Parts: sequence; C-alpha cells; structure tokens
Amino acid sequence: MADKDIKKVRRHLTQREALIFERSSPGKPPFALPPLDVPPVDPADALGAQRVREQIEGFPEVSEFEVVRHFTRLSTWNYGVDTGAYLLGSCTMKYNPKVNEVVARVDGIGNAHPYQPEMLSQGCLKIHQLLSELLLEIVGLDAITLQPAAGAHGEMTGLLLVRAYQESKGNPRRKVLIPDSAHGTNPASAAIAGYQAQNLASNRQGTVDLEQLDRLMNEEVAALMLTNPNTLGIFENEIVRIAEIVHSRGGLLYMDGANMNALMGISRPGDFGVDVMHLNLHKTFSTPHGGGGPGAGPVAVKKILEPFLPVPVMVENKDGSLAYDFNRPRSIGRVRAFYGNFGMLVRALAYILANGAEGLRLTTEDAVLNSAYIRKKLEGTYELPYSSPTLHECVFSDKKQAQRGVHTGDIAKRLIDYGFHPYTVSFPLVVSGAMMIEPTESESKQELDELVDALQAIAREAEQEPETVLGAPHTTHLGRLDEVQAARHPVLRWKPPTRE
Amino acid sequence: MRYLPKSPEERRQMLAEIGCNAVEQLFAGIPSEVRLGRGLKLEPGQSEPEIIRCFEQWAAENARGFTSFLGAGAYDHFQPVIVDALVSRSEFSTAYTPYQPEISQGTLQAIFEYQTLICQLTGMDVANASLYDGSTALPEAVMMTLRASRRRRVLVGRSVHPEYRQVLSTYLQHQDLKIEEIPFAESGELDRAALPDRLGTDVAAVVVQSPNFFGTVEDAAWVAAQAQAAGAALIVMIAEPVSLGILRPPAEADIVAGEAQSFGVPLSYGGPYVGFLAAREKYLRNLPGRLVGQTTDVRGERGFCLTLATREQHIRREKATSNICTNQALCALMAAIFLSAYGKQGLRQLALQNLSKAHYAGERFQAAGASLRFRGPYFNELVVGGIGKRQGVAERLLEEKIIGGLDLGRFYPELAGDLLFCFTEKASREAIDKLVGISTK
Repeated sequence: MADKDIKKVRRHLTQREALIFERSSPGKPPFALPPLDVPPVDPADALGAQRVREQIEGFPEVSEFEVVRHFTRLSTWNYGVDTGAYLLGSCTMKYNPKVNEVVARVDGIGNAHPYQPEMLSQGCLKIHQLLSELLLEIVGLDAITLQPAAGAHGEMTGLLLVRAYQESKGNPRRKVLIPDSAHGTNPASAAIAGYQAQNLASNRQGTVDLEQLDRLMNEEVAALMLTNPNTLGIFENEIVRIAEIVHSRGGLLYMDGANMNALMGISRPGDFGVDVMHLNLHKTFSTPHGGGGPGAGPVAVKKILEPFLPVPVMVENKDGSLAYDFNRPRSIGRVRAFYGNFGMLVRALAYILANGAEGLRLTTEDAVLNSAYIRKKLEGTYELPYSSPTLHECVFSDKKQAQRGVHTGDIAKRLIDYGFHPYTVSFPLVVSGAMMIEPTESESKQELDELVDALQAIAREAEQEPETVLGAPHTTHLGRLDEVQAARHPVLRWKPPTRE
Repeated sequence: MRYLPKSPEERRQMLAEIGCNAVEQLFAGIPSEVRLGRGLKLEPGQSEPEIIRCFEQWAAENARGFTSFLGAGAYDHFQPVIVDALVSRSEFSTAYTPYQPEISQGTLQAIFEYQTLICQLTGMDVANASLYDGSTALPEAVMMTLRASRRRRVLVGRSVHPEYRQVLSTYLQHQDLKIEEIPFAESGELDRAALPDRLGTDVAAVVVQSPNFFGTVEDAAWVAAQAQAAGAALIVMIAEPVSLGILRPPAEADIVAGEAQSFGVPLSYGGPYVGFLAAREKYLRNLPGRLVGQTTDVRGERGFCLTLATREQHIRREKATSNICTNQALCALMAAIFLSAYGKQGLRQLALQNLSKAHYAGERFQAAGASLRFRGPYFNELVVGGIGKRQGVAERLLEEKIIGGLDLGRFYPELAGDLLFCFTEKASREAIDKLVGISTK
C-alpha cells in the first residue's frame, strides 16, 4: 500500500481491552460511600421480601482504577473533533470550546434542580431568556421554545405547531411537502404530527423545482419543510418565490436549520419567509456531539405561531423577575419534561457570547470559505454533480472512481488511514455515490491542504491500486466491520459464558 | 475571533485560489434582497475570563449552598469524580454518532456495555442506545405497543410522573388513540379495583411507574398478569433506577423504560438527561433509536457497530419506528461509568443507603406528629400529608438554606399541601432532623 502519501498520521499502539464484564471478579472493591449515619433498614422489612432482589445477575465488580483504564483505553479507539477534521456533512463538527464545559459545571448551574423555587433559579431563567433573545436576533423570528432535546425533536415540535395553527384556521390539512434531498428525520417527524410526507423532487440545479411546487402546493398541504441551504450546500435562490407560493395557498414554511452555520450574520430565515424553524445547538452553536448526543433543538417561530408553543414559556413578572407561564390554553403541550437540555443551552450561550456579532459573521465566512476551497481544489479529481454555487458544504460523487469499482464508502474508509474522519457517505440521496463534505470554519488551511492531498492521493490509488482502497482501513484498531453479520444475528448485549 | 484558526493572509491566499476578490463573492448564491445588510445586534465578543464571570454571576442568583430534598424525576446523587474525568476525554465528547465503526469503537463498546447494564438492571432482553429522557421514553414505548398490536387505547397510571404523561399526550395527540388514566389507591399504589374494568380487547398497553411519582413501589407482577391476560402489554416506567439496586426488577413487563439521570448525570436544571428503553426480545425490530450490536472485523476480531438500522429514520423515513437521530450518548456513557464504578455490591449499598435515609425521615416525620400520605412501600421518596399548608414553613426552611419538598398541588389539586420529599445517600441525619424539626413545628 502506498503509505508514502500518508504524511499527516503515524501508526501508534492501542491497548486491547475486554468488556467491563470480562474484567469482573467477585469481591473487588466498589465505589465507597460514607458510613450510613442512620439506622440501616432491612429491605425485606421495609419493602416486603417478594419485592427485594437477591443480586443483579452479571453486574460487573471492578476496581476504580480498572474502570478508569477501561474507559481510557476505549476512548483511544475513537476519533473526535479534537483529534482532527471531522468532515460529516450537515453535522457541523466544529470546535467545541472548553470554556463552555467549565461554565456548564459551575456550582449553582450544573447542580440546579429543575423544581427548585423560581426565585432561587433566576440565574437559570436569565440564561434561558438571554439565549432566546440572541437566537431570535440571529434567525429573525419572533418567539422561541428551548425545550426540544435535539433536531428531530425540534422538527416534531415545529410540525405540531404547524398543525395547531392550521387547525385554528379550520383545517389541519393532510400533507407536508419534503424535498428529496431532506434528512430522513423530516418525514419521520411529519408522521408523528399526523402528516403524510409528500416528496418534492429537485431540479437540475439541485434546488426546489418551482413548477412542481406550484403544482403540488394546494389546500391539502400544511407546510413545506425545507432545509436551506439544502443538503447539497446550495442556497435556495428562489426562496422568496417559494415562500410566496406556500403562503398564497395557506401553507407555512418550515426550515430545517441544520445548515444554519452557512447563514449566521449573513441572512435570516425570518427575513426570507420562514414561519417556523429548528436550530441544532450541537451543530451551529458548538455544543459537543458527545458520541451521538446530547444535542438541543430550539424552535423559533413567527408571531402567528406563538400561542401554540410548548408549555412553559418564559414571562417577566411586574418586579422584573422571570417566571415560567404554564397557563397556555392553546399550547401544543409539553414535548419534554422540565425545560429541555438546559446544560446545552448554557454551552450555546457561552459560544454566542464569545463570538459576538463580528465573530459569528466571520465564523460563517470561514465555514463557507473552507468549503469553497475544498470544492475548488477537488473538482477535477472527483465528480461534482451540481455546478450551482455552494455555501458551507459541498457534495461530490464517486462516479469517476466507481468505474474502477471504488465507491464512496471505500474512499471514506481509506480517508481514515490518512488521518481524517470521513465525510457523510451516500447522502443526500439525490446524488448517487454521494461524498458530502462539511469542513466547518474550525479547520486551518494546513489541515485543509492535507485533506486535499489525501483525497487526491486516494483518487490516484483508486486508479492505480484499487485493492488498497477497497481493503481500507488498514491502520485502525479494528479492520472493516461485518455489518451484515451484526444485523443478521443480532447480539445486543453481553451474556456470561455458559459453563460446559 | 479566537476560535478561528486562520490568519488574514491565509484567508487572502485561499480566496485567491478560489478566484474570488472578496469574501462577499462566496455568498453570491444568496439573493441580495434576502441578505441581512447590517450586523447582528449582539454585544461584542467576550474573552474567556469575562464569560466565566458572567456565568458565575448568574449562578449566584440561583440556589447555592442549599440542602435540597427535591426528587420527583431529577435526583441528587453523588457523582463519582471518575465519571466527569472520563466523559471529559474529548475522544468521547467531541465525536458524533459512530457511523464509521473503525474509528468509533470506544463509543460503540461503551454503548454495548450500557445496553447490557440496562438489561441486567431491568430484567429485560434488549435495550437501546438511549432516548432523550424519561418523559420522551414513555411515548416511544407506547408507540412500540401500538405498532405491535394495532389496538388504540392506552391506560396510564395517574401516579406516573405528571410531566411524562403530558409529554405522552403531546406526542400522541394526532395518532387516533385514546389515553385513559387509572387512579391511585389510598396506599399510593395503582387502584387495583379500577384496572380490570378499564381493560378490554382494544387496550394496547398499561403504563405504571415504579417507584411511582409518590415514591410508592408498585406490584408490577400483579399489573402484568392483569394486563397480559387482556392481551395488553405492560410498560413499567422507572424514574429512579437506583431503586433497582435493591428492588426486584419488573421482569414480567413487556417494556421497561425511564430515566437514567440518577446514574451520575448532573441535575443541570433538568437536562441533558438520558432516557433508557428495554424490552423483551420480541420487540427487537420494533425498538426506537440506535442499537449497537456485536460483530467481527475482517481479521475475525470482536468489534461493535450500529445495527438493525432498517428501523430508523435515515433508511425508513416516514415509516421509521421513531424520528430520533441524535440521542444522549454521552449521558449514557456517564451511566455506564457510574454503574461500573459502583458495580454489583456498590449499587446495592447505594440503594440501601437511600432506602435507610428515606425510612429514617419517614419515621422522624411520624414521630413528630406528621403523617405519611400513602401507606404503600416506598424507596427513597415519600409524601408527607398536609404540612405544605403550614404558615411560614417554606420560608423558615429557606432561611436555614434548606429546600423542602415539592407541593403536589402543582400536579394534583386534591393533594395540595402534601409534600413529596426525596432522601438520597447525600441527605445527612443532621439535615433530615433539621428538616423535620422546622417542618413540623
């Protein structure tokens, strides 16, 4: 294999590590509590013997240091944003500032109980209130709920708001229009709100087909659910016309804000006709992705949707203090217990405060600059299926390499050997063999140049020695995993070995 | 801006390579009529010390240095320091969903271990990789039973966390379905007399919580027998899973779901927490959200990957078992570390301490003349009848830097003045004595 081209990374040793259960043996010292300062209660007396369990079958018994070593070793098999460029498109894997982690843990915030009295929670309420105001200024809308726990949860919330609004106009309507380039969560969220998802095909520029929209947008359609810029990274340049068509027939315009990192400080959804949208605080606003979560998915709306927002909403008392208002008769209800993923709200606020208006605009500019740079550098090497201008991400295809039997998934695996987390593979669905790259603003020119070199080297390998690419990754702790076997014979938990 | 890694010269170079004279050209795809044309109205960016000072000031306006006896779905347990030390490793915290298993084995193995720990605790066969929280785990569980049975009625105990029930109503309001409540009895348990009449061939699921919102431990086996005899599934919700260190798991249930915040996840004013969902084997392909499965790599070594994705939104779109994508992976990792640190003996000790503290408090309250509202068995929460109506008690407690119980009138008008208290391992005897003393004076 052509390791000469791999300059960014070196192989290094990783430790093997068994499952925590396989490290267990009876009698190892558990985490120690202070001695009990009240009389010990016999559980059988207190609860009834039939309610008490003997032991937790199979539960581990390991010492503290083994737990530390176990999870530390596991961590070394992972790749995070702090390790290097993490190119997943529409996931916005940007730097997660460390100060965000500090402020989320401050005494009085990190340990605040959601039911402690409001007068002893004014700091939390101020955080909630200020973040709401700042997000509304960024998106140009009128009201917001911070309750949804993630993007898909926000989508569901937004569509429930749409439905409540349409019902208030006398007809909930039946359908939601969703472009074929949308995230899979969009149709799944529509289903929960009781809507049928209707597919809207893209035109040859990769944007909404206005003629088709005009034809499909009727009194049966409650909303158009649009990602803008879309998952190809293309801004819907007919957005004003799109909004007009939707609004003229009584529909609402929902925006999936997953790609808001392309717009901050440049253009505001509320100003281009959006009625309701969600934001992904774990994408645009830098809260860490945590290996798959937690995120947060606030939903911002125009005035007309405000009465339907989830309970509670924030209000100001006469004395200037803040309070939650639960008495909202037209509300869709609660979408999550308490007040949402509050700790993520804290981090997002810290990020916005650190940036200010200048910083957010420069962030957007750099995000778009990075993507444009990659696109320019690679457009001869990989097929670019759409020539429309793109913003924060760009989508190539494996069309050239596929002629040698090398597909997007293989190129992605080989990119791992070159020291990068791959792009999004085979999405959006409108591009066959899609390679969806979002570098974010966080990557330096040096990291981008190394990425370009890597992708060019892989393209050469695909030409000259395709088997090297097809067998990748070669340098990881484990080689390619058999995902078919995992699905055919599901093993979703450890079980103690059966004694012969 | 300090988070951006480029020099002005590098920006100029890059623009030149792209063939742009100015950065504005990069945004040529955005029509000028929808450009903002002004700066955002935000304060100038702040330095790190300024940001920390800002949040310190807000924190000072919250309860600090108080002893709290609040539970009710959010529990104040001690977090072993290794939990935060290990989840702060950025290989865990700054990764995303493990789509590329070869460079995500850390997350994948940890989730596999988490799934196993949840199965062991609940007595179920399979568990998913996490949901947002306990409240959203409830509608996800109910939707599983609706898909499995096509029945359209669900019976929910009124003693299930009120906010969980509100979330259930929100999620299912457009699903052509009837949600009916089952009252609670004098004991605090589900009203046994009320259940059989309400069951019928159209009931998909019966939902109870144990320990329930009042802290009372339910007889899940009895409810399971009733429900299952009528062809309905039993869903047991658990908001305080430390109880499983000592309580027999509801193994008769079809689905056990709830909130795992108790396992080392900070209170953080209500989130992020971590919803768990475990079920019997027959629900395997009906589970919502991510699942991690065991497999082998090309060299035949054991490894892990996301699996059974054909249930999920990115493949199945509107027919998916759930719309969930991003979940609560880092909080699930906290739970896995917490449970590994406590282990088999430690979790039992932790549960026994909670049980002992609560029962000590219960006895002190009764010795002081107060009465427990419910007579059923309880774990670490209990309801003291009527004392919330006493003048000035809450104020006197706050003066002593104690946050007392939750007045149940907030959710149950007929229980106004009854206070729900929680006693974890952190509640000292001294603090309990003080609480009881002030509350019953």
